[in-house]
Order: sequence, then structure tokens, then C-alpha cells
Amino acid sequence: MSEQNITHTKAVQDFLAEAEEIVEQLGTELADLADMAESGELNPDVLNSIFRGAHSLKGLAGMFSFSGVADLAHNMENLLDWLRLGKLNLTPKLMTVLFESHELLSSLIRLLASGDESSLDREIAACVTRINACLAPPDKQSAVSPLEALGLPAHIQGALTEYEEHRLNDNLAKGRTLFNIHTSFDLTTFDTELSSVTEILKKCGEVISTLPSVGGNLETNIDFEILFGSKLPFEELRAAVERDSVSVTQLGSGMVLTAPQASSSTPVPETEVPVSKAPEKPQPVSEPVAPMPQVPDDSILSAKSMSRTVRVDIGKLDELMNIVGELVLANSTIAGVTAKMRNEGFSRMAVELGKAAKGLERKLSDLQKGVMEIRMIPIGQLYEKMSRIVRKISREQGKRVELKFFGADTELDKLIVEDISDPMMHIIRNAIDHGIEPRDVRVANGKDEKGTIRISSYQKGNHVVIEIEDDGGGIDVDKVKKKALQKGLVTDISSVSDRDAIDFIFLPGFSTNETVSEVSGRGVGMDVVKNNITAISGMVDIETRKGEGSRFVITLPITLAIIKALVISCSGRTYALPITSVLETLLMTNKDIMTVERKEVVQLRETTLPLLRLESYFDIRSSDEAPDEFYVVVVGVAEKRLGIAVDDLLCQQDIVIKPLGESFKRFRGVSGAADLGDQRTILVLDIGGIINETMRSGS
Amino acid sequence: MSTKTILIADDSAAMRAMLVAVVESLGEDFQIVEASSGFEALRLLPREHVDLIMTDINMPDINGLELISYLRNNPNYKTIPVFIISTEGSAKDVEKGKLLGADEYVVKPFSPASLQQLISQYLNKA
Repeated sequence: MSEQNITHTKAVQDFLAEAEEIVEQLGTELADLADMAESGELNPDVLNSIFRGAHSLKGLAGMFSFSGVADLAHNMENLLDWLRLGKLNLTPKLMTVLFESHELLSSLIRLLASGDESSLDREIAACVTRINACLAPPDKQSAVSPLEALGLPAHIQGALTEYEEHRLNDNLAKGRTLFNIHTSFDLTTFDTELSSVTEILKKCGEVISTLPSVGGNLETNIDFEILFGSKLPFEELRAAVERDSVSVTQLGSGMVLTAPQASSSTPVPETEVPVSKAPEKPQPVSEPVAPMPQVPDDSILSAKSMSRTVRVDIGKLDELMNIVGELVLANSTIAGVTAKMRNEGFSRMAVELGKAAKGLERKLSDLQKGVMEIRMIPIGQLYEKMSRIVRKISREQGKRVELKFFGADTELDKLIVEDISDPMMHIIRNAIDHGIEPRDVRVANGKDEKGTIRISSYQKGNHVVIEIEDDGGGIDVDKVKKKALQKGLVTDISSVSDRDAIDFIFLPGFSTNETVSEVSGRGVGMDVVKNNITAISGMVDIETRKGEGSRFVITLPITLAIIKALVISCSGRTYALPITSVLETLLMTNKDIMTVERKEVVQLRETTLPLLRLESYFDIRSSDEAPDEFYVVVVGVAEKRLGIAVDDLLCQQDIVIKPLGESFKRFRGVSGAADLGDQRTILVLDIGGIINETMRSGS
Repeated sequence: MSTKTILIADDSAAMRAMLVAVVESLGEDFQIVEASSGFEALRLLPREHVDLIMTDINMPDINGLELISYLRNNPNYKTIPVFIISTEGSAKDVEKGKLLGADEYVVKPFSPASLQQLISQYLNKA
């Protein structure tokens, strides 16, 4: 069987999923590392974890012949190895190189996942050069490793990796005492029992290595020798950790540890140990010690991350949703049949069938809710990614920006979260780039030199609102108006209100910046942001105050999947309106229409409601005589209200909205199509878009 | 009756899938047992009669070297052939692996054919 025949499509998918996870985690840990570097307290475990991440990625990518990724990961791994072995110091420049490499890695994986064949070889080569520039030759090797003076038993030393040896030396250099903690546990439960011990140990020192060994009862038990470094005095450590199958010995000069003896229940013999003998060790007592945790009697402390979650491919969830959608439709058909039966005189059977159908409907509704909940994820997942990017951009711009998050628990459909991520990032980039002023300008204006961006998410009825607010200089409305005039979008500036002027930002090609900055001007304009948001049936609004800041308000439906819709007819065609946007419906006559400033409105209790005739919006006037009576559907999103005049209200129905597809460029006013059952399809109106378009004056 | 069992220990699911594919395409009737960590391998060993172990070095709880050390000290397992399948990390770790008693050290990326050859060599001894 030739090598080429070994196709691993599942394996490749696994690789990509795993690679994404590794890269994601690397990002979080690098951010932690950056914070630690600032405070000066480097946690070796984090550094080691980052190293292992790069290492795994290198191995994986190499196996699957993704040489670009493997090459980059390999060089990152080198750099990280030097760092974790203490051969390099973590400088800000090094952090930058690490962040850049991570960014490039992310892009590479993304490209691979989307099947894009484009090559980033030049960027990779450049990045590798930068990494290697950081690798200066190591300082003089330590002459005699204090390791040798320790007299570690051979069987332990023989199984230490180079990294573990470094950690050992580091602990000695920091003046910690080394201990060997010997445990013997049952083969069936050793991992939880061992975890309970290491959890306690980790709170008061560093676990350097864990060596499984063979004790007396090798058929039933497995022993472990834990190398542990700590500033705790021997007695305290013993008190904290020693118990029936756990014993502690201190390692130091003059100590000779024998290999584990026959009976595993007797602790390894302890000799009289002078309290401090490790090189240049300061008084243990002066060191602040973590409070002694008590060892619980029946230690079922499971530190093992027994995850109670299951990773599910989003495609499978979509399938499930589709099936539920079809079940819902099938149920509607039953309702239809019940009605027919009643009409044909089978009223008793109709009632029975009706009851059964109602019961089914209730269960389906529960099922629907259940499946929708599976798709919901907290928006907080995006927040971490944003912190990273904000850190990077603000560094590039030389501005200090603080991100404040609220409402991380707010849940949204996973697909919506994915689709909103880019638009949000772009808005944030804009805020840093154009919104937040340079430090000196801010200080001159009496502001804190550190800019703040607040991101809050909260649920409002059937929608989720995401607000991105900055305390920058606000949008210069006059500049916007001038630009609009320049582009010929408007002929008379004075007729444009400030509110409407701001909406010009969302038009394609609109950028009031003379120099396209590297960050914001990468060809993605606010129009793309708006399109992306509208594509998921959302809306975006801007509020701004000159000199004080701007606030972007994004309103999103909680889920796109199955929604209740109002089906209406207009000029012989039917359309669906999501119920969540429908406030009420009214029956009106032509006499009720008034004209204000050449626009049609109707009186709705105390307010004047702008009126939109759907037939003119879609230009589908029927040739028939327009009836005097018509229905008005009052719709609203956020604070805006509009009355849509239609011919008839047909019914309320559950539908599953599907996007129109690539070949149909976005139709204005339509957000998708839905299956009505019995072969009929219907277009779903984009209420948000229609409202915005209609309410803009002089459009 | 004499189906041989191979234990694969690696914390990367993709890597394990790859190794499984390599073993399976040998076409022989091998039973494969997977462990995602050193601990899991230790748990599986008493339950399965393992004829060959392929392990990575860098794993979360105990590393491959420690696993081998345990295996070689335990009379129940000391004769099981062990392959270390790892990226060429530090030369010191490779040496220790051999000293501790690994039978073969396979460096990633490796050619499936060479790994298959090694497997056949160790498992098809009469």
C-alpha cells in the first residue's frame, strides 16, 4: 500500500480543529505572559505551556506536511525553549516578536481551514528572521550544576527531561528546598488521588516532576515519586500532605535516598535532616507562606479536568435545527387537515386530532427551545480575543487604551457570535484609530491620557444589544457632511440633519481620513460592517458627541433559526415579517392617511407614524383598483417606528429563515427566504433595513 | 487468538488518528488502544494485554521518559517493546530515552512506511 493511499480526511479535520484550539490557547497565554512580564513575576508553568503548544503544533503540522505552519511553529518553539530554559530574558521586544508570530500563525491556520491556497511564505520568512535575531548566544554555562551536589538518586535523575532539570536548578537557585514525596495508590484510582496531593503541593511550591515507580504491591498499586521545590519548612510540609500512603522526605546534602522498598505502606526511611542545607537558602520563616490547606479525609478532590462538555460540529446543529423546522411544518399541515375535517363535518375527530396536534406542538416547542439553547454561547468568548487585538493596536498607535467589558454572560446563537466578531473588531479598531485622540491631545483637553472603550452586551426582549462606546473625540459631523457633498451624495448640506449625516459613514467608499491608516484602511469600510450586521438581521446605530466620544449600538436577534412570522400579502404577493419586530397591526382606510412634509403618515394614538406602502417600496403596484381599506403593520426596532401598509394579513406561522445564497446579491429589504411547507417559499422582509432606509430623509 | 494489541499514547488527537491510520493500513489484524496521557496509559496497561507501545515524550501529566522508566521497572511490562514517537527535541532527552530502555526512537515527521516496517519487525517475530 503506497504512502499516498493513506488518506486522512478525518485526521486532517481533527488537525485543523486541534490547531485552532492550540493557537487560540497560545493567544490567551501570551496575553497572560505579557501581563506577567510587566509585573516581573514569571510563572514557569505558563511559559512551559506556551512552549508545549508551539511544540505540539510543530509536530502536528510536520506530520500533515503543512510546512509553512511547521516551519513557523518550529522557530517559535526554539525561541520559547530558550526562554523556558532560562537562556533568554523576556524583553518587551521579545514579547512583540512572539505576538507577531502568533498573529501570523493564526492567519495561516485560518487560510488552511478555508481552503485558501494563497501563500504567506514571504511573511513567514520575515517572521522567522525576526525570531532568530532574538536568539543571542547563551551566557556562560553554569560551571557545576548544583544538581550534582544534590545527590539525586539515579533513577529519578535518569528520567528527568532537560526542561525538568532546568526547573530543578532554578528552584535551587531561588533557594528553595527540594523534597521527594512518595505516594502509593491503587491502580484504579491513582489519578484522582495523585491530583489531590499535587493540588495541595502546587499551592505552596513547584511540582518539578512526577515519576511513576514500582513499589511492593505492583499488582494492585502504582507508586509515584514527586520532586517538589518549596520554601516551606519540612515539618509544615509533612503536616500538610503526609498521610497513609504519602510520605515526605527532604533532599539535601548528606541524604541518600534508596529506591522504594518492598512494602509500600511504610514510608521511605527519613534520616535526621538539618533544617536548611541547600545553597544560599534564606530563612524559610521569613517567606510569606500560603495558608495550609487541610487534607480532607476522603479525598475525592478531582482536579482532573473531567470536562462535562461535548465538542459538536456546528454543521450537525444546523442539521438538527432543519429537522426540527421540518417537524414544525409537518405539524402545521396536521393543523390544516384538522381544519378541513371540521369543515367536512368530522367535528368530533377534528377535535381529537386538534388536541393531539396541540400536544405535539407543545413538545416541539420544547424541542425547539432545547436545540436553540445548544447553539447559544456567551458573548464573553469574543471579549478575550478583543483584549488581545486592542493591546496590539494600541501599542502600534502609541496610545494607551483600556477595555472594559460588561455582560459577558449574554448568550447568542453561535453563528451570530461568529458573524458579529469581525464587525465588532472593525468598530473597535476605528475607535482606537480615529476615535481616541493621541495622548497629548487628550491631556490638553483635560481627559485622562488613557482612553477607555466600553463594550456592554445585554438582552432586550427578543434581541441582544451590543454597545461599543469610546471616550474619544467623537465623529466630526461637519467633516462628514463636507465629504458627502464632495462625493455628490447630497446637494445641499443645510438640509441634512446631524443624525442623518452620521449615516453617511455607512456608504461604500466613505472614509474621511486622508491617509488610509494601516489598521483601519485595509479595504474594509463601515459599509461592509453594516452589511455584515444586516446579513444577520441586525441593525447598527451611532450616537456621537463632539469632543466626548461615540457609541455604536448593534441590535441583533438572539437566534436566526426558527422564528414566528406574520405572513402578509401585497399586490398579490406574500411576504413574511418576523414577529419580533411587529408591534401591532391595524385596519385603516385612505381617510386616515395624512401628508406631512411630502411624506405619508398616520395617526397612532398620540404619535404620528410614518407610513410606507410596501407596494411602492418593492414597486409591485397591481393594476387593480386599490381598495379603500388596508392593513398597517406597525414595526419597530430599537426606538424607531414605522407603519407598513399591506393588502391583507394572512396568518402567523413558524418559519426557518435561510439566506438567499451567493448568486443573489443582497436584495434591499429582504433578509432571506423561508419554506412555508407544501412547496411554497416566501421572502422574509428585512425590517431593520427597511426602517433605516425609509427614515433617512432625502434618501 | 494471537491478535496483537498496540497502545498509542499521545496527547494530540490528530496525531493519534494519524498513527492509527498508519497501523491500520498495514492490513493486519491489530487491536489498537489509545491513551491521551501518560496516566491514561498507566490505567490501560493492567486491563489490556499490550504487545507494543508507541509513545510521545511531551505529555501533560507524566512525560514519555517517566512512562518508560516505570515500564522497565515493572516485571509485568518490562519486555514490551516501546517506540518513542516524538519530535527531535533535545538530544539529551533522546539519549535518556534510549538509556531508559526504549527500543526505537522515531522522529516526527516520519515516513509511514518506515514506521510500518518497524511495527512488523517487532510484532511479527514468531
